[in-house]
Amino acid sequence: MTETSILTKKDLKSDQEVRWCPGCGDYSILNSVQAVLAGLGIQKEQLCIISGIGCSSRFPYYMNTYGFHTIHGRAPGIATGVKIANPNLSVWMVTGDGDGLSIGGNHMIHMLRRNVDVKILLFNNQIYGLTKGQYSPTSPTGLKTKSSPYGSVDRAFNPIKLALGAGATFVARTMDTHPKHMEQVLLEAANHKGSAFVEIFQNCVIFNDGCFEGVAGRKVRDERTVDLHAGEAMVYGEAHDKGLRFDGFELKGTSAAEAGVWDPSVLSTAPATVLAELDGRQDLPTAVGLFRRVNAPVFDQDVHAQVRAVLERKGPGKLKDLLYTKDAWTVS
Amino acid sequence: MTSTPHPAAELPLQQQESVVIRFAGDSGDGMQITGNQFTDTSAFVGNDLATLPDFPAEIRAPVGTRPGVSGFQVRFSSADVHTPGDQPDVLVAMNPAALIVNIKDLKPGAIVILNRGNWGEVDLKKAKLDVDPRTSGVLDGFRVIEIDINARVKEALADSGLSSKDVQRCKNFYTLGLMYWLYSRPLEPTLDWLAKKFAKEPSLVNANQTALRAGYNAGDIHEHFQARYEVARCDTMLPGTYRNIMGNQSLALGLVAGANLANLPIFLGSYPITPASDILHQLSSYKDHGVITMQAEDEIAAICSAIGASFAGHLGITTTSGPGMALKTEAMGLAISTELPLVIVDIQRAGPSTGMPTKTEQSDLLFAVFGRNGDAPMPVVSCSTPADAFECAIEAVRIATQFMTPVILLSDGYIANGSEPWRLPKMEDLVPFPVTFRTDPEAFQPFSRDARGVRPWVKPGTPGLEHRIGGLEKDADSGNISYDAKNHQRMTDLRHQKVQNVADTIPTPAVYGAQEGDLLVLGWGSTYGSIRSAVDVLLKQGKKIGQVHIRHVWPMAKGLDQIFARYRAVLVPELNMGQMTRLLRSEYPGFSFVSYPKVQGLPFTTAELVERIEKALA
Ligand code: SF4
Repeated sequence: MTETSILTKKDLKSDQEVRWCPGCGDYSILNSVQAVLAGLGIQKEQLCIISGIGCSSRFPYYMNTYGFHTIHGRAPGIATGVKIANPNLSVWMVTGDGDGLSIGGNHMIHMLRRNVDVKILLFNNQIYGLTKGQYSPTSPTGLKTKSSPYGSVDRAFNPIKLALGAGATFVARTMDTHPKHMEQVLLEAANHKGSAFVEIFQNCVIFNDGCFEGVAGRKVRDERTVDLHAGEAMVYGEAHDKGLRFDGFELKGTSAAEAGVWDPSVLSTAPATVLAELDGRQDLPTAVGLFRRVNAPVFDQDVHAQVRAVLERKGPGKLKDLLYTKDAWTVS
Repeated sequence: MTSTPHPAAELPLQQQESVVIRFAGDSGDGMQITGNQFTDTSAFVGNDLATLPDFPAEIRAPVGTRPGVSGFQVRFSSADVHTPGDQPDVLVAMNPAALIVNIKDLKPGAIVILNRGNWGEVDLKKAKLDVDPRTSGVLDGFRVIEIDINARVKEALADSGLSSKDVQRCKNFYTLGLMYWLYSRPLEPTLDWLAKKFAKEPSLVNANQTALRAGYNAGDIHEHFQARYEVARCDTMLPGTYRNIMGNQSLALGLVAGANLANLPIFLGSYPITPASDILHQLSSYKDHGVITMQAEDEIAAICSAIGASFAGHLGITTTSGPGMALKTEAMGLAISTELPLVIVDIQRAGPSTGMPTKTEQSDLLFAVFGRNGDAPMPVVSCSTPADAFECAIEAVRIATQFMTPVILLSDGYIANGSEPWRLPKMEDLVPFPVTFRTDPEAFQPFSRDARGVRPWVKPGTPGLEHRIGGLEKDADSGNISYDAKNHQRMTDLRHQKVQNVADTIPTPAVYGAQEGDLLVLGWGSTYGSIRSAVDVLLKQGKKIGQVHIRHVWPMAKGLDQIFARYRAVLVPELNMGQMTRLLRSEYPGFSFVSYPKVQGLPFTTAELVERIEKALA
């Protein structure tokens, strides 16, 4: 064991019985998160998991760390308060497509814009699970659900594009069906300074079974996804024989040899946006992996830096000086 | 040189006990500064005082119009005062709109000073006046003094080298100088203030100081007035160190003091809203006092970030007004359910909905006490005067941290922007109530309780005490999620009892005036001063009435019933449709409460309260 592996996966399992539906994609995510967090070299009391409301948001109860199961959509506000109050904590936020993009969409974009050092796991199952099956802001148009018996007429959000548009400094996508990939993405998220937004394709066996099967299914995913790595060619296919290359603002399918090299750190979000737009409708694969990773000022650190700067300039304030100001007068 | 010119010897100097001046002009005329300077100088002279600004609802309504009128009322006195006064003795009107908006409030025989320099056809038209009020009869019965302030300032500053626009911006100091002459006030405090304020622009220091002196000297030279007045220092003020303070300022200071006494750093999550934003402004400048502030993206994020900070061991605070309270209610329930300390400040304004943001009201009372989903009890503390907001803020912090509960602190627009002399507390009188965080993992349960029903506060980061909290119902013993029916009853009872236990730590309020008799006047919040003034008037007439004022709105102090029992009836004046009356009727069904509601966006006048109390006594 290396010096830093102070925890095992088991240490992070709480004594609570996990109550997701059998076969739910959340199990595999929980497993991967526990594996990654155990390997971070952080004591478990330094881990804090914060969630909103929804199936995914039960997550904190299953982790033997500090945790806060909050209210619908508001996890970003609470996570921001926790991280500012104690920047030493490793704060992880668990949310879903309804919680994080519908009722909590406003908080989500502001957390990303501020670049609060919180790792955000958005379980996207394109459905409301806990309320028993209504269409969500990521449901495809036309989806028949309990609240859209004739098919949803809503247009869907693309979570990656939303995060890019909000100025997120780390944006990635992974799949519940692929633990190895998931762990690698989560590890990169953990190592990022600032908000790290990870969309996880998650299967809801009950209300939207197979929604990502055509992309993330074990049998098809090599052909139907291209995994984005910093500095590596955009190659995919079971035989690693196919590739993607930018042609202006479009992507073209190529042979592996001709594939372009992916750089998630360029100033413009345009290339990442073009990749995010691959949604299986084209003849091209859906992009997963690392869409964006740039360095930017981190909100919680800057908040404290400002406090320190004022303290250095003025010295610690005394309550008495606040009360007894120069305009005070004495009556004897 | 900062010397005060010698007063004219010829004019008689008349003593007055108490004077109310209202400065009114266009929002660009600097009336707030003028009023504040007059106030500070009066404080310097040793008067007791109370002030009330009246801001226009718009930031800059069109110049010269009625909606653009900005006012500042100050009452200064040689005796104790509790309100800014019902009716001004003096109105300074910088234009026709300022006159017409304020004339109805004046005392009969009041002095009206008009700026003739802004009294042309255009000015009348902007004020929507077909007839000049100087000839229409509306000024009958007042002592009207017309001065072309524009021209006087132009003369005085002929050599200043300033543009004519900048010259005209000194008008308010000319006016202030004239008032200083009329009420025999020293110029030094304002001269000094100007020197500091415009330190970087000496030409403006000079010009404004010159305008101030010119106004003062005009009193001697121009024979506008038949007399000068003097309002002696107030000798009944208790010994101590004082400073003039607005309610929002003292509330912010109280929060800092409370956090200090609790030995906690402050985290304020807030979203701008009238009339609460000044607290955010003030606290955001206190970084050297360990105060962290975040301007959140909305009211909900504001309270949620504060809850997160409380979870992590800070004193979480959020500040807002009615519409923001409405948005925060779900999160308040979360703080109640997770039993985390939190201070929620509601500076009430006139509602419903957006209502009248710059006008005062007390209509969030029942909302504060009951306005949440589920049975969600929360202590509510309410400030009664600008200075009292300091103590109430400390009290809110004390209750929140000692009882692991969110607390609502109610103030209102009248307290927020009004001011009065504040007798500063002696530092040794501020008694610490330091928080102890739990660090011992032995037999730890997050929802175990001490004798007062209070659960432990654990900071994330503490080894061995890892635990999860949330808004789902918790098992009373283990703190794990529980949907058990009996457990829910038990937890609801425990939460209720914990809040009731706060009453063990609060004193029974003192009764002012007759300790038993015909009528008890019960108030809460900003009505304190008006009620006190009215009760004083009637006590002097020998009426057997008492006044009790409620600071702890929820839970209420013990012993109130014994007070009620000593009077034939209890009159409850309040700036809403009778919300406290309803609360009292449900809590104390054996007593007779008479409601006196007023919902006009304005405080009670002493006169209307005297009349209503007399009616209740008849
Ligand atoms: S409803 Fe769907 S998302 Fe929720 S636990 Fe069941 S399978 Fe998982």
